[in-house]
Amino acid sequence: MIRLIRQRTIASFISLIGLIVLVFFLSRLTGDPTDLFLPIDATQEMRDQFRRLHGFDRPLIEQFGAYVWDLLHLDFGDSIRRAQPAIWVVLNAFVWTLQLALITMTLVTVCAIVVGSLAAFRAGGFFDRAASLVSLIGASAPDFWIAIVAIVLFSVQLAWLPTSGTGTVLHWILPIAVLFIRPFGLLVQVVRGSMLSALSSAYVKTARAKGVKNFPLIFVHTLRNAMLPVITVMGDQAAALLNGAVVIESIFGFPGVGKLMIDSILQRDFNVVLASIMVTAIAIFIMNLLIDMAYAVLDPRIRY
Amino acid sequence: MIETLSNADQASRTSPRLLPAVRMLWRDKFALAAAIFLLVAAGCAIFGHTFLSDAASSQNLRGRNSPPFSVEQGWLFILGADALGRPLLARIIVAARNTLMIAGGAVLCSMAVGAALGLVAGYTSKFVSQVIMRLADVIMSFPSLLLAVIVLYMLPPSVTNLVIVLAITRIPVYLRTTRAEVLEIRERMFVQAAKVMGASHLRIIFRHILPIVAPTLLTIATLDFAFVMLAESSLSFLGIGIQPPDITWGLMVSQGRPYLSTAWWLAFWPGLAIILTTLSLNLLSNWMRVALDPVQRWRLEGTSQNNSAETAND
Amino acid sequence: MTDHLLEVRDLSVRFHTAAGAVDAVKNVSWHLDRGETLAILGESGSGKSVSASAIMNLIDCPPGEVWKGEIIFEGRDLLKITAEEHRQLNGKRIAMIFQDPLSHLNPVYRVGWQIIETMTAHGRPAPAARQRALELIARVGIPDPEHAMTKFPHEFSGGQRQRLMIAMALMLKPDILIADEPTTALDVTIQAEVLALLRELQAETGMGLLLITHDLGVVAETADRVVVMNAGQVVETGTARQVYHNPQHPYTRKLIAAAPGKGEMRVGGSSRPPLLEARSVSKTYGDVPALKEANFTLHAGQTLAIVGESGSGKSTLARTILQLETPTGGEALWKGEDLFKMGRKQLFSLRRQMQMVFQDPTQSLNPRMSVFELISEAWAIHKDLVPKSQWRDRVADLLMQVGLHADHAQRYPHQFSGGQRQRIAIARALALEPELIVCDEAVSALDVSIQAQVIELLNRLRTELGIAFLFIAHDLPVVRDFADDVIVMQNGRIVEIGTARQIFNNPQQPYTRRLLAAGLEPDPDIQAARRKA
Repeated sequence: MIRLIRQRTIASFISLIGLIVLVFFLSRLTGDPTDLFLPIDATQEMRDQFRRLHGFDRPLIEQFGAYVWDLLHLDFGDSIRRAQPAIWVVLNAFVWTLQLALITMTLVTVCAIVVGSLAAFRAGGFFDRAASLVSLIGASAPDFWIAIVAIVLFSVQLAWLPTSGTGTVLHWILPIAVLFIRPFGLLVQVVRGSMLSALSSAYVKTARAKGVKNFPLIFVHTLRNAMLPVITVMGDQAAALLNGAVVIESIFGFPGVGKLMIDSILQRDFNVVLASIMVTAIAIFIMNLLIDMAYAVLDPRIRY
Repeated sequence: MIETLSNADQASRTSPRLLPAVRMLWRDKFALAAAIFLLVAAGCAIFGHTFLSDAASSQNLRGRNSPPFSVEQGWLFILGADALGRPLLARIIVAARNTLMIAGGAVLCSMAVGAALGLVAGYTSKFVSQVIMRLADVIMSFPSLLLAVIVLYMLPPSVTNLVIVLAITRIPVYLRTTRAEVLEIRERMFVQAAKVMGASHLRIIFRHILPIVAPTLLTIATLDFAFVMLAESSLSFLGIGIQPPDITWGLMVSQGRPYLSTAWWLAFWPGLAIILTTLSLNLLSNWMRVALDPVQRWRLEGTSQNNSAETAND
Repeated sequence: MTDHLLEVRDLSVRFHTAAGAVDAVKNVSWHLDRGETLAILGESGSGKSVSASAIMNLIDCPPGEVWKGEIIFEGRDLLKITAEEHRQLNGKRIAMIFQDPLSHLNPVYRVGWQIIETMTAHGRPAPAARQRALELIARVGIPDPEHAMTKFPHEFSGGQRQRLMIAMALMLKPDILIADEPTTALDVTIQAEVLALLRELQAETGMGLLLITHDLGVVAETADRVVVMNAGQVVETGTARQVYHNPQHPYTRKLIAAAPGKGEMRVGGSSRPPLLEARSVSKTYGDVPALKEANFTLHAGQTLAIVGESGSGKSTLARTILQLETPTGGEALWKGEDLFKMGRKQLFSLRRQMQMVFQDPTQSLNPRMSVFELISEAWAIHKDLVPKSQWRDRVADLLMQVGLHADHAQRYPHQFSGGQRQRIAIARALALEPELIVCDEAVSALDVSIQAQVIELLNRLRTELGIAFLFIAHDLPVVRDFADDVIVMQNGRIVEIGTARQIFNNPQQPYTRRLLAAGLEPDPDIQAARRKA
């Protein structure tokens, strides 16, 4: 187990360095933030001062050196826009995204496992067909379109739910519901497929020959064996959510890390971009590690 | 259980290979409908521009936001008109071209590059494999939107550049799948048999490994086509993809958004086009997963050996 | 009539497939009494397991359909009771064990829990179940039951897993135990132990034992009566002795005649020049030695068999010599030149002189290549051998040579039966006109009657073409009929080398003797005599 963590940490560290280098230089290629932050009639002197203040006057490689040096002291730099340490801005937004991702993935997992398992148990039956159709449509739906249609329907026409913001519980319902649809559709199909192959396996035959009842047959004997591919797909979906559901967050005005990232890119707030990429990358790394541990817990044959 | 009840009538049916595919498609009505829909969409993409591009861009300020299901102004207005009075049906048909071209191009590029890298990573030394996999990790953790913004700021937001951006972000999918399959297939007995005959690495890769990986890749590509379409729509929706006057379905949804409460059809129809296309691709991909798997194909074949009787006996 | 423990009458089961309905069994009738062992004997595809699956309600409907017949147990027809009533009988009154205990035990749960579940599923309290499990695990001969209960299936050996399956089946003292090919996946020495255990347990409990098998030896060792099945129908019923000594049906006669190990043994010992000399060939995986210092000489035209149980290193030896594995030591001289020291080019030109036939033709033939492509690939690799214009004729010749038709060339492997597929693999090996063919368990996966045909083919090729064979097998009777000389391996080491006559008539090493003693004779009388001895 220790070996796994060490190997993974080294591998992720290498990719993280590659990521930082890439983002640092590429993002600076998109232009200088000076013009975006200063009024159009700003004097050349003001511009030079702004550049000096934020270090944009120095050669790129020197800027990078300084950034890495600060990073080694856990200083992620300041946000130009908000005059706050970039890391605080990012962590604030990340907390929102994390909550959204956790709630959505929990709902998705529970619902998809129940629906997928039952569909697989009576494969070809009415429930199976209905579930397959619903999950296929869910997996095919563009979320931004669902989001705006939902807003028209529930917020504008029926006026049941608020259109955007984060004030109350009601504010969470639409974003979660919209984010739920695609991962749910995908996961139901994966659970169903995985359960189907597990149900036809030899040990299920043994359990039936032992006289095990249907409920433990599905949810004890089969499900645990069928979980490995499910967890892999779950991880991919969760990673996408942690990266920030940019479109949904901007439609619903949700102050998550996805919206922060896109805003920062557009405003050339480089420190915030870099900090948010690092935070999400580390979060995804931790999640992948948890998934590997879940493998080992679920299947005793897997030992690291 | 090795013994197969190979019957004469099946054995006599050898070539041609296209016909059985059509027959298998006929047996799955959902997949058939999906295939027909995709053919129609492809037809729109190929011919729509030639016939309808004028109609799709001619503004008609008196017909602004005219509602759907009325043919007073001609059948092109059956789905209504947009904020500038342009017929929505014509615009959707014309937009099919960019939408499908971007997704198709991106899928083809990422599949070619990803599969090639995956073959190399799966077949060569551990070191090369590790380098390639770390590269894939970097791409995977690079937020695709960020990449899109960066590339599209440096280069003009054209179809080609959008294809490049989307292709890069999808390479890891093919790379990982190909590598995993290659690692498994290279241990199979028929690869060993080829080695015993003295087959070269190139022969083993192209004659023995690639044909086995290809169906899986094709299935994933179909599924990924849908994914890339959604990604492109999201980019266009956020305003960092295709720019007007070019149109894609995603951009049309975005353009219809301000009028949601007054003219829902502006955003609804292009969204429906997206949903139907991705749904068709998903259905077709599911069908292909079965049809291209020799073990499962019998479920769709009219004449085949009887596997279930065999499994019952073992 | 109805005082049998279990009676199957006119059972007919059909499977509905895209191709239409296929009868898996037709009008099958048999009965089983208390304390009796009934064997159902048949080859693959004979439908021998179908009636057992029907008894246990394990047939999936659809695609299966039990459309005729009845199964009488305690005056009730098991085909008419509900799924819930079936569940209450399964495991409690009628229990079942299967061929491959590794896949039939749930890989993610501890074996103790799985064994106890047999009782808890039928409402017995867990502590009592645990007590009974401990007793039974000890009874079936697993050391340290307390600890064994906390382990997972993959932590046991194949034989131990089958013992655990037996313990699991016997938890509720069932009246009937159905054993579906219980020893097929096991080594011969382990097979003998498991069959002995089953016999003892039957004597203790008085249960009826229904044994489904393809192996005449297993029938001879265990069965009181035997039901012979072919193509979904019962062709013969009788006591084991009756059926063996006085078979009535032509199929039974064919089956008994096909059993290997009865022919004249070959003389062995060759005076022709040595083709291949292995000197201290070794192979280790990490720190685990798989092959320790193997020495042998193979002469031109000689058939040298390598026998041993699983894990003995017999396949590793062959694969190392063919350079499918990198050797860790020693040398292999091919006509005096060391294969292990050769460069790529030199090795390539020698490749065609030694070819290989693998165990499972389903896996060793690329499923996406036609027979023509499969065979002619050899000439695409070794370009100077056969000019392209002659490929078609040459493929046709080779197919005829292995007993197939020339027009089979355009078909794909999945359109052939297992025996035919192995013939294709042999034709492919012959395409390069080799001097040595390595057969790695080449007939082990085939049915006895098919096995006999393939051996006959190899025999003919040996006489006609003078090819040398390195014949790897775990099945001693086959080796006895086919080999000139025999190598016996155990734990990666060669324990004995001799001519077939020496090894089979006068084995020197205790391990060889043990191996020979564990093998089962198809004659029930000989088996009975052996048991007494």
